[in-house]
Amino acid sequence: MAAGIRNQYEVVIGLEVHVQLLTRSKLFCGCSTRFGDPPNTNTCPVCLGLPGALPVLNRDAVTMVMKAALALNCVINPQSRFARKNYFYPDLPKGYQISQYDEPLAEDGWLEIEAGGSRKRIGITRVHLEEDAGKSLHEGFPDSDRASYIDLNRSGTPLMEIVTEPDLRSPEDAHEFLTRLKTIMLYLEVSDCNMEEGSLRCDANASVRRAGSAVLGTKTEVKNLNSFRFLQRALAYESERQIELLENGQEVVQETRLWDSREQKTYGMRSKEFAHDYRYFPEPDLLPLVITADWKEEARSQMPELPDARKQRFTRDYALADYDAAQLTSSKALAGYYEEVVKAGAEPKQAANWTLTELLHLLKESKREIAASPVPAASLAELLRLIAEDAISGKMGKEVLAEMFNSGKSAPNVMAEKGLKQMSDPEEITAAAREIIAANPKQTGQYRSGKAATLGWFVGQVMKTTRGQANPQVVQEILKKELSAVKE
Amino acid sequence: MRPTQVQGCSGCPASSNGNNILKESSADRRICGLRLFAHPTDKPRSHKGLGGADMASFGHVCDFRGSQTLQSARFLRHPLTRIVRPIPRHYTMDLTELNISQIRNALAAKQVSAEEICQEHLKRIGERDSEVRAYLTVTAERALAQARKVDRLVTEGRPLPALAGVPVAIKDAIVTRGVRTTCASKILENYVSPYDATAVERLESAGGVILGKTNCDEFAMGSSTENSAFFPTRNPVEPSRVPGGSSGGSAAAVAAHLATIALGSDTGGSIRQPAAYCGVAGMMGSYGRVSRYGLVAFASSLDHIGPFARSVADLACVLGVIAGRDPLDSTSVDVPVRDYGAALDGDVRGLKVGIPREYFEGLSSETGANIQKAVDLLARLGCEVHSISLPHTAFAIGCYYIIATAEASSNLARYDGVRYGFRSEDHKNGLREMYKKTRDAGFGAEVKRRIMLGTYVLSSGYYDAYYRKAQQVRSLIARDFLEAFDEVDVIVTPTSPFPAFKLGERVDDPLQMYLADIYTVNASLAGIPGISVPCGRTATKPCLPVGMQILARHFDEARLLQVAHAFEKAGGFAIA
Repeated sequence: MAAGIRNQYEVVIGLEVHVQLLTRSKLFCGCSTRFGDPPNTNTCPVCLGLPGALPVLNRDAVTMVMKAALALNCVINPQSRFARKNYFYPDLPKGYQISQYDEPLAEDGWLEIEAGGSRKRIGITRVHLEEDAGKSLHEGFPDSDRASYIDLNRSGTPLMEIVTEPDLRSPEDAHEFLTRLKTIMLYLEVSDCNMEEGSLRCDANASVRRAGSAVLGTKTEVKNLNSFRFLQRALAYESERQIELLENGQEVVQETRLWDSREQKTYGMRSKEFAHDYRYFPEPDLLPLVITADWKEEARSQMPELPDARKQRFTRDYALADYDAAQLTSSKALAGYYEEVVKAGAEPKQAANWTLTELLHLLKESKREIAASPVPAASLAELLRLIAEDAISGKMGKEVLAEMFNSGKSAPNVMAEKGLKQMSDPEEITAAAREIIAANPKQTGQYRSGKAATLGWFVGQVMKTTRGQANPQVVQEILKKELSAVKE
Repeated sequence: MRPTQVQGCSGCPASSNGNNILKESSADRRICGLRLFAHPTDKPRSHKGLGGADMASFGHVCDFRGSQTLQSARFLRHPLTRIVRPIPRHYTMDLTELNISQIRNALAAKQVSAEEICQEHLKRIGERDSEVRAYLTVTAERALAQARKVDRLVTEGRPLPALAGVPVAIKDAIVTRGVRTTCASKILENYVSPYDATAVERLESAGGVILGKTNCDEFAMGSSTENSAFFPTRNPVEPSRVPGGSSGGSAAAVAAHLATIALGSDTGGSIRQPAAYCGVAGMMGSYGRVSRYGLVAFASSLDHIGPFARSVADLACVLGVIAGRDPLDSTSVDVPVRDYGAALDGDVRGLKVGIPREYFEGLSSETGANIQKAVDLLARLGCEVHSISLPHTAFAIGCYYIIATAEASSNLARYDGVRYGFRSEDHKNGLREMYKKTRDAGFGAEVKRRIMLGTYVLSSGYYDAYYRKAQQVRSLIARDFLEAFDEVDVIVTPTSPFPAFKLGERVDDPLQMYLADIYTVNASLAGIPGISVPCGRTATKPCLPVGMQILARHFDEARLLQVAHAFEKAGGFAIA
């Protein structure tokens, strides 16, 4: 589609995010929430929906939702209510899901994102608590052509649903929002946000309208967005599809569409399957959920410093560039690591550079998380101190770090083993420089004729003959002096 | 002619001496408790949830001070102090006649064993239940094992818990581990629960001997027990009549001496109305008084578990055992369980009794006559009788059938053939067909009617007009009672507008059937406690039992029992 046409339209997106909470037990019973156990082993009369069983609310789950809601600047309702959402599905053992409907736990918040170089507030309509269903297994059994299997281990696992206002204006906005949301959830330690295991799920409502129009277009709900990439691609596809429909004089049909990641497109589900009347009504087996001021305070007191606040503190206290501070605070573990390095005595700017470039590079290559770094923060700080003291060059430092990373040894140990140390003695370096100059009259000539860049080549040669141990700054000074001497 | 008498010499004089001795030693018996009887469960019985209370931290006792008459307890001749060996049983004792304290005393005195009591009841069930058909399942083995456990306590000289050796019948809407729980429905015909309801666990922990599971209307929906998918139960007083419902099997079992006490469930009158029809006492505590954990849900905001018995003292004792906060039922309330036995002091002088005008419109004249006599008796006992008004009474049936069916439509959604219970095998066309055929064949007509009604009132576009409106009416009905209880201590009404009707008389007319509950649904909607006690029989043949309902403030069960007991003591049960 021509960009010109696309620019005549505005995309309007709202997200519905489900976050699985990191409670040890389920929302309404004491069964474990562990992932990956043998089917139907973490079950009891309550989460199996056996006759006579009743739900009892897990307090920790409520506290976790409150932490998330506070982080999203929501109002916590002093009283909220659970409701039954009625529908038949084989992996829904009670024939209804206990959720929240017209009286959610929290409402009316916002989250700021970066959009097109400026910051923008995305409204949070509501945050509520509900139980997950089990899993239907349609594949992988000898009789899968004619039977499905049900695993109810997940049944009753606590989910937090976060619904945004239709404030997102592009697939990139949506991606950015979800990224920030995930970071916050990880900071709060309320979820592991593992999309592959389904602990972070996202549905999107998307519509398009003529730029400048205040009226919302007909929306579609896009499901099956089980990665950040799919979210962005599906929304890009869906918005183009809708624009094309309108451009061709057709109408957008309000429906639920599934993203097919193989075909790279969305397709509509038979509307009959989704024409549900959920017949919500207040859950009579649970009392209204009353949040006392003390309970709210308890949740607030458990909240760590959030990414935005930490980033601001990093730019302020450590004089870091915005970009570096943002990078470092994009993960709680990374930010924590960085601060440990600084606390162990490293210069903040240098610590940021080394953490973000050298260490992250090594981690990425070995596919490891910062929490599993073989180089503890204190060790990195020690290395940085040696560099600052000119005990080794920065270039050598990189080699040392790589070896520390591979062997888990400390910087002094690696240096001793490899015989690495900075050569700063001017006499030794002068001797080496003279040798190189004498052996390379051609380059010497070029330098003398005014080609200053040749100096770099000479530095490289000296570094090479000293096996990188020479202090490059000293080498440069000495070379300048020696080359000038030759000229005279 | 009762076939269960122990033969012996007759004419031995009853002695109150033994009774006194028992009272003196009652302090020991107060230490009865769950630990003696607690059986290991498969799963820890507490969720990591809001409630962290320890289930085992309560113990139940009954205190019968001042409450025992023991007119028929001829076996209590020997003071305990003289017992050196089992007493020879050379006297007449019908073990199915005994009340709780008589059983307890007889066991303590080693005059009879719990096993014998159990055997006598099982024998009587074998002989009599082919006519009454109160039981769906008889659990002889479980009962005998439990009875022997009680006997071991006696042998070891350990304190006896509150219901030691007492034969109990359990409505089949209450789950029992390892025993079929059918809810009188085809859809759960072969369903065996892996756990016990809290009330069942508490009964057994208190030494109760569960004889079996009783018939009821399918999923407790009905007022005659004719909606059982298996067979109707007959009223032991007059076999051509229904026992009432939905807990008709439990009421009939107690009335026919096929159990000493029974548990039923009451959603809109399902304990009180059959108690009235069968001439026994039955009560529903305040909503939240007795845990619903393990009661197969019909209408969650209205469902109660409650006891049947032949005396108020027995009711009080059972309530004391099953009442109290249960961490597994979020709607159970942490109001202290009173010593209900101690409340039975017989003194109701100065108590204000309200008679709601609205409950006497459309009342059958015979029932009205008995209630009038009952009220007169209360007045003679020193009660002040006041005429009161509960202005929203007329809306209660409509309100009830909206709320109850709405909740039922959701509660019964789980019976879908996927995980347990009946599944139609005829489903070549997939899941939807399986759902439809399973539920069509598995549920009876009344259940289907209520599911449809409930689905309708919750539907988008109708919710406000029906469900929300009904909730508003419910608040008004509750307010009526609150205001009335500013003026009076208890309210007395007929339990049902008419006595037990004939089998088949109302089955084809659901509305006529629903009218059997017009006096009981109000209290259910308000969440207040209610009791039905016998108040004589109708004057004309076949002289059917009439029930009087007493209602009290939230959690004022002790008051209910006190009034009912005073009434019983003054001969009110047999008023003529």
